[in-house]
Amino acid sequence: MSDVLAIADHRRGELRDVSYELLSAGRDLADETGGDLHVAVISGPVDEYAQKLDREGVDAVHTVDYGEEFNHDVYTQTISQLYDALAPQYVLAPNSVNGLDYAPAVANRLDLPLVTDVVDLAVDSDTLVATREMYGGKVETTTEVAADAAVVTIRSGEWPAAEGTGDTTVESFDVEIDEDAVGSTVTGFEEVAGGDVDITDADVLVSVGRGIDEEENLELIFDLAEAMDATVSSSRPIVDNGWLPPNRQVGQSGKVVTPDVYVAIGISGAVQHVAGMKGSETIVAINTDPNAPIMDIADYAIHDDLFDVVPALTEEFQ
Amino acid sequence: MKILVTVKEVATVEDEFEIDGTAIDERFLGADLNEWDDYAIEAAVRLQEDGIADEVVTVTIGPEDAEQTIRQALAKGADRAIRVWDDALADVDLLDVGAKTEILQAVVEEEDPDLVLTGVQSGDDSFGATGVSLADAIDTQWAAVVNNLEVDPDAGTASVRRELEGGVEELTDLDLPAVLTIQTGINEPRYASLRGIRQAQRKPLDHQSLADLGVDDGAVDGDLELTEMYEPETETDVTVFEGSAEETAGDLADLLREKGVEA
Ligand SMILES: Cc1cc2nc3c(=O)[nH]c(=O)nc-3n(C[C@H](O)[C@H](O)[C@H](O)COP(=O)(O)OP(=O)(O)OC[C@H]3O[C@@H](n4cnc5c(N)ncnc54)[C@H](O)[C@@H]3O)c2cc1C
Repeated sequence: MSDVLAIADHRRGELRDVSYELLSAGRDLADETGGDLHVAVISGPVDEYAQKLDREGVDAVHTVDYGEEFNHDVYTQTISQLYDALAPQYVLAPNSVNGLDYAPAVANRLDLPLVTDVVDLAVDSDTLVATREMYGGKVETTTEVAADAAVVTIRSGEWPAAEGTGDTTVESFDVEIDEDAVGSTVTGFEEVAGGDVDITDADVLVSVGRGIDEEENLELIFDLAEAMDATVSSSRPIVDNGWLPPNRQVGQSGKVVTPDVYVAIGISGAVQHVAGMKGSETIVAINTDPNAPIMDIADYAIHDDLFDVVPALTEEFQ
Repeated sequence: MKILVTVKEVATVEDEFEIDGTAIDERFLGADLNEWDDYAIEAAVRLQEDGIADEVVTVTIGPEDAEQTIRQALAKGADRAIRVWDDALADVDLLDVGAKTEILQAVVEEEDPDLVLTGVQSGDDSFGATGVSLADAIDTQWAAVVNNLEVDPDAGTASVRRELEGGVEELTDLDLPAVLTIQTGINEPRYASLRGIRQAQRKPLDHQSLADLGVDDGAVDGDLELTEMYEPETETDVTVFEGSAEETAGDLADLLREKGVEA
């Protein structure tokens, strides 16, 4: 028992990027255990998906033709049955919103330990060693998994996407779904409300986070943006508070932006925020905390109080 | 209808800190109510105010010190609280999802709630998994990352919105009882009123040991062991501007102009 089973992620007819990253993570892990990499794709146009997932390093693709869209009951039952049939050592899933909607249930059902949001993996004399972050990215940790098998979810963007074409046979897996145990139904999808401003279009973004403290203080940020001829975007708490509309939110559950310049003001740089802005050409951080995770990806930084720096910066441009 | 809300006291870290072995040195740690749980409490209290829930009970795995945080939840409107702790738990570095599940499962069996609300994740160890794991253990329905919730108690169903990546929301109907993991932004958590804080002092806060819950000591051992903790290496060579705010702002402005930013 040393194989790896990776579960592809897809939505509304498209495989998500993390699926290809899973293949790389899975291949690395299978190399360390000396086993095969199995990939499963559940629901939707699975044959079409299977062709795309047949990349270099993949030993087998299993398709499960059941239902159109993700349903966690179907996934949980299916992965349990795949586990019984294939007896892999590790089950790899994406640390996506859907991954977190089934991986914990799978781990519990199979009585396996679960490690989530992993950024690196290794096997050290038969022990799985996972690297993950704690305290919102302020520290990194290694965690040893003292068990023969485990369910692991990987953070997106940490492994390269697998490339090339494989020559694996695609096998259809016959699953038996207990319909009585399916107690949830996905009834549709909706995009969050848009607005007049499209932050994905902007060349220069002045982005504000919880460091701004009060809604009234946003005026400082708008003044700066006006002086710099920039667009205002934000981290999530600003939108949660209702201070800015959802279409201004940068991040995993917001917009992905790639401006020439991204000025992060009072933003800590939590992974879900970074997911939306790490492709910016030049990243500037203004933050009192020299250890804030945003500093790990910033090109330029000022470790100082935004309430002193922002007005001074505005003045420079007026 | 009875709602159980999981409430965690999480450690907060000062800007400058030191690591001691596999933990942050206690001198640099504070404590706070887990951000996501705050929204879960608010969601539960609102269901009570709307006449849908009759009772809101909180459950916390944590030492006596956590009672200040639990009182915050009571001050916001929860009716009573359960705190689970004993020496076996005190010795554990990293309580894994399986262990939390087993403890919370025992509480659910005792309380028999119709709805369990948890935060999407906790701000310290951020596994983001306990709610869904618990749901499977107690054999009820669930939904993860919920940012809108409507409960129909007569039909025994809930309609939720799950917040997916990239500004897309999924609409899902599910049967009750269920466990929902609550995302920030679902509501605006209230501040505890002075009256609430006074009342919270008199609300029942029941301490239970593992033995009280019928959970074996061994359950907390888990399979995960924290072996190292360190500050992450920076990926870029960040250029830090030094000096007064006027000086740093001036330097930054020069740089930004070089990058083509202009009024
Ligand atoms: C499923 C999921 C999806 C998510 N999606 C997103 C998303 O799309 N986008 C997103 O942003 N977040 C998202 N989050 C939330 C994310 O985890 C963080 O909570 C959030 O990004 C934190 O925002 P922040 O940096 O503004 O606040 P904080 O983390 O509170 O950081 C505030 C920062 O301001 C600094 N500061 C404070 N005062 C000052 C001052 N006077 N001057 C200068 N600096 C100061 C502090 O040092 C700190 O670094 C998501 C979370 C989950 C679980």
